[in-house]
Amino acid sequence: MKLLVCLSKVPDTTTKITFAEEGKRFDENGVTFILNPYDEWYALVRALELKEAHGGTVTVIHVGPSANDAVIRKGLAIGADDAVRIDATQSSSLFIAKQISAFVEAEKGYDIIFTGKETINYNRSEVGAMIAEYLDQPFISFANHLEINGSTATLDREIDGGTEVVEVETPFVVSAAKGMAEQRIPNMKGIMMANKKPIKVVPPVPFDEIAVPVFYELPPAKSGVKLIDADNIEELVRLLHEEAKVI
Amino acid sequence: MVLLFAEVQQGNFKKTTLEAATYAAKTAELLGVASVAIVLGEAENAAELGLYGIQKVYQVRHDHLKNFDNQVGAIVLSAAAHQLEASVIVLSHTSNGKALAGRLAARWNAASISGATGLPTLKDGVLHVRKGMFSGKAIAEYALKSEHKVITVMGNALQPLQHGALASVETLSLEVPSPKIKIKEVKRVEGIVPLPEAELVVSAGRGLKGPENWGIVEELASALGATTACSRPVADSHWRPHHEHVGQTGVAIRPNLYIAIGISGAIQHLAGVNNSKTIVVINKDADAPFFKAADYGIVGDLFEIVPKFTAAVKKLKA
Repeated sequence: MKLLVCLSKVPDTTTKITFAEEGKRFDENGVTFILNPYDEWYALVRALELKEAHGGTVTVIHVGPSANDAVIRKGLAIGADDAVRIDATQSSSLFIAKQISAFVEAEKGYDIIFTGKETINYNRSEVGAMIAEYLDQPFISFANHLEINGSTATLDREIDGGTEVVEVETPFVVSAAKGMAEQRIPNMKGIMMANKKPIKVVPPVPFDEIAVPVFYELPPAKSGVKLIDADNIEELVRLLHEEAKVI
Repeated sequence: MVLLFAEVQQGNFKKTTLEAATYAAKTAELLGVASVAIVLGEAENAAELGLYGIQKVYQVRHDHLKNFDNQVGAIVLSAAAHQLEASVIVLSHTSNGKALAGRLAARWNAASISGATGLPTLKDGVLHVRKGMFSGKAIAEYALKSEHKVITVMGNALQPLQHGALASVETLSLEVPSPKIKIKEVKRVEGIVPLPEAELVVSAGRGLKGPENWGIVEELASALGATTACSRPVADSHWRPHHEHVGQTGVAIRPNLYIAIGISGAIQHLAGVNNSKTIVVINKDADAPFFKAADYGIVGDLFEIVPKFTAAVKKLKA
């Protein structure tokens, strides 16, 4: 089986978010970047498990400049066989999806393309659907379980207020949610091996950006917590009813 | 023209669809164009979208539309958008809405906003839309410069506004391919408002000490008419089902009221709930980080406070 896992680079969850140039760009000063947890913990690990059970290859793909090679090496250290980096700096969902699908069309033969359910910076959940549309393949979003038997896959996907069990033939695109696999910590051997595995660098295909961020800002700060005495719960209920007007 | 994808769940529109209808109507008003909706499959109350400002409803009926499929949906919706000459498609930011929006943006070459948190504005003739980023820790404003635009509306980002009359419903005949994904089974959590749609949420964490103590949480939720939720350690220890887990890796919610009981407020938990309109924190530790994100707080023993809270809510409602 030929499996492709899309990787994103994101700021660590605990990052304090600040913006530079009057909100025109995200201030990367002092920020620790990590591999997007949904891509790493669920998508990549499930792809590796499928390879271990059924044979095949796992390739990781990333759209970004060479400064991002560290997140690709992390994917290789966890166990991917090889990597592709599309050399570009743009970050809109359509741009990324266009690049990845152009690579897949040129390379051919991927049975399953994995993404995480969303990135923890943009929270867009779009790229998987866009890749599927560009490639005219089925897309199963928010899957928390994936089994494969020959060319038929069975998946559980989260829907609003429940779960759907679906069946689909390869090739398809899937976005991975919590539950699809368990996080793997790369060992020393994996980390050493990762430095020897190839990262193929591919130039981007031309694409015009059509949705551009104009500025960023922080949400209005909370005015501070109003503490209520534990012996005066009725006051809390009164405030929720009369001041916050939520009950 | 602004085209609403009016998502139907089990034959009806959910609140998220009515919010998106209001959003579509307001966007059409801003642009000075018509607002119409498209319904795939059967809906009992299609004409009621008119009450939320939608001027006309088009219904597509076909055997292949019995279950929602994002690939089929994108083909049908982009054909409808083409036929009706729409410039903006508005969807709910639901599980199906997100998947469909991504496909539509690719198919229709549209600028897309996933999870708009406010109504659009016009600046120099260009549509600007805001969305949350970094799990609610920041807001970004985007300029949508393309001819076609796709916007999904975050749940609870605005209230459904009734100000119109029933809309006329017309059948639209379009080719509908058969879906490639087979749905084998649907398991629904019955009887409660699903977390993403809940306006009131009562959530508890490790401070409850064990699943046997959950009764006081459920009693408070029931007195309020709220949905229950939990923190990650609670779901991971199987005290509560995984679909109740709110936070970074669980469900992200933005209810009107979020009550956190015995939850310290780790940054990963806050990422899933910090857009709640009002946050109440009950914790014995006055230094719990959650108090910094709270509107109201009570420091003390939750086993004493929560039953009193329930009694006070019942008294208010009596």
